[in-house]
Amino acid sequence: MRRRLAGISLLGVLALTAAACGSGGGGGGGAKPSEGPVTITMWTRAATQAQSERLVKAYNGSHKNIQVKLTVIPTDNYQPRIAAAAGAKQLPDVFAADVIFVPNYTSQGLFMDITDRIAKLPYKDGLAPSHMKLGTLDGKQYTLPHTLDLSVWFWNKDLYQKAGLDPEKGPKSLKEFAQQATTIQEKLGKDGKVHGTFFGGNCGGCYVFTFWPSVWAAGGQVMNAEGTQSLNDQAAMTDVFKIWRDLYEKKVTGPTAKEEQGPTWTGFFPKGEIGVMPMPSTTLGLMPKDMKIGVTPIAGPDGGESTFVGGDSVGISATSKNPDAAWDFLSWTVSDEAQVEVMAKNKDVLARTDLAGNKYSAEDPRVVLINSLVAKGQTPYALRFGQTFNDPQGPWLRMAREAVFGDASKVPQLNAEITKSLQQ
Amino acid sequence: MTLTITRSGRRPAHTAPSARWRSRKVQGWLYAAPTAVIVGVLFIAPLALVVWMSLNRWPLLGQATFNAPDNYLKIGDNPLFIDAVLFTLKYTAITTVLLSAVALGLALLVQDRRPGIGFFRTAFFLPGAVGFAAAGLLFYGMLNNDFGPIDPLLQALHITSEPVKWIGTPNMALFSTIALVLWRFAGFNMLILLTGLQAIPTEVYEAARSDGANRRQVFTKITLPLLRPTLALMLILSVTGSLLAFDQFFVFTNGGPDNSTVSMVMVVYRDAFFRFDLGGAAALSVVLLVALVGLNTVMMRRLR
Repeated sequence: MRRRLAGISLLGVLALTAAACGSGGGGGGGAKPSEGPVTITMWTRAATQAQSERLVKAYNGSHKNIQVKLTVIPTDNYQPRIAAAAGAKQLPDVFAADVIFVPNYTSQGLFMDITDRIAKLPYKDGLAPSHMKLGTLDGKQYTLPHTLDLSVWFWNKDLYQKAGLDPEKGPKSLKEFAQQATTIQEKLGKDGKVHGTFFGGNCGGCYVFTFWPSVWAAGGQVMNAEGTQSLNDQAAMTDVFKIWRDLYEKKVTGPTAKEEQGPTWTGFFPKGEIGVMPMPSTTLGLMPKDMKIGVTPIAGPDGGESTFVGGDSVGISATSKNPDAAWDFLSWTVSDEAQVEVMAKNKDVLARTDLAGNKYSAEDPRVVLINSLVAKGQTPYALRFGQTFNDPQGPWLRMAREAVFGDASKVPQLNAEITKSLQQ
Repeated sequence: MTLTITRSGRRPAHTAPSARWRSRKVQGWLYAAPTAVIVGVLFIAPLALVVWMSLNRWPLLGQATFNAPDNYLKIGDNPLFIDAVLFTLKYTAITTVLLSAVALGLALLVQDRRPGIGFFRTAFFLPGAVGFAAAGLLFYGMLNNDFGPIDPLLQALHITSEPVKWIGTPNMALFSTIALVLWRFAGFNMLILLTGLQAIPTEVYEAARSDGANRRQVFTKITLPLLRPTLALMLILSVTGSLLAFDQFFVFTNGGPDNSTVSMVMVVYRDAFFRFDLGGAAALSVVLLVALVGLNTVMMRRLR
């Protein structure tokens, strides 16, 4: 009896050991193209979900052999999820990423080198230059532009009319922006519902997206070209901070701007509660149909035009087992068909500059304006961008908050912290 | 194969004592093996991996390179972690005191069997069944200045004149989080204390009362001393849980405002998943583990 028991326990041990060893060998796998339909997995962040979903739906509808399964991940959790998946070698076949994180991801080896594949695209020179630049490392290309999201000023024409402002004339400088916002606040803000403007005051990514274009428009810079030194203590930036600080102190920005962590910062404008504010261009297609909205480039304190060319780039993950199927999907997303019939049709900015003047964009002058800004805007480059500027515990958010709400004299010292973080 | 069933009293005489002893020893090992494998694979191996990670530069993909003790040395240069240690200790102290008091109060309230007592016990325990992340979102929604129902309610009752910045200032953010933790855990800890209270024999109480002890004397001389092991268990759970606090701050306050509510585990998470410094995060985890083991050892000794 004892021997039998011993035998059983030995079997148990073997079974457990086998299970333990077996668990390491799994992996996404998937059938090879020749073996029939292939399903590739794709991840995208919630911020640009609508565009990704439209592209995937159109692709799945017109392709039988390859299907794409899309997973949308909350924007705030995206970077941690990518990091965790990469560490476990469980990345999806394809993943889109906020374009500013791409240099870090490529330097960590998360994307597959697709230089040769891109070289064969007939329209390779038309691919959005800022996205292509950030997806290139040591002369090798790793990503394609996926969605473009530009920061622009939106103004509510109805509120402008009610406040006695010219509804057809948006602000041409940051100072004008502040004046118009203040007028809205003074004329319409009595009941506490309507506010002159709004911004994400506790959200690092919101600050860089909406404040930096004013610096660029004024001819300034926020970092050196290598992304290793912060210039956010220079006059170009501190002048912009001052104007926003003044708006907050005069209560033109709405009382919750200071606490706004990011997820809901674009939610107030579509409700008709905000006069004028910087917004992502991708939200234009999501605005209420009957709302009269003007769109204008972000300007510096005294004029100029610029934008933060944000959005997502997309690449094949280094651990993908289906690179050919993945490339079939990726190359289709930048094809004429997808760009015009999926992206342009929904008022989205195109990933290709050679298609900017298409039959759909011509219908809406606002879209033409946004498309034209791609060449004027900038996408800042820094390997340590996320941990410095986007992370709520990073040094940038502290500095921006001190500059706008707190003790502005701390800016030089906090700027040194940003530089330190960029060089880590 | 033939199987010989032998009983210890009728063992064949030719088996030498040492051989028998050896075979028993092997059998003992085999009996223990399944558990040993489970412990090894599920408990020891991950710990060993974390320690090994902490001694290396550990990239997301690719080969790790040994760099000990760099990951440990740079902990001192991380001001966020130093601040987080102080904040977490403060949070742990406040939470543990309040949680113990509230849980003990609730347990004493629902200690005796009375009609309807089941309803109160269930009501107090119910928040314990809500996940921490869900509870964080719930409080975020309730206390939100833009759409939360609490501010309009307080204003309608003329308790406040304008929206309260529930997570807008460092002190309020800490207070709101502690309120969340009390709501979530008081009932759970009440249940632990309730089992302890009910394990005290009623005869002891009867004897005390017949000796003329008043309610206060019964509480301080009988209930508290006999509840000591259960209180110790609750304290250890509360202190360990608070020092490892993460979800409540991550979901509810996001470490803000201005990094005033960053817990130690949040720094570990940030190092691993925002800064991609897996080795550094592992080093922080090991330091945290050692501190916790030390603290728990001291607490076990003192509270026993």
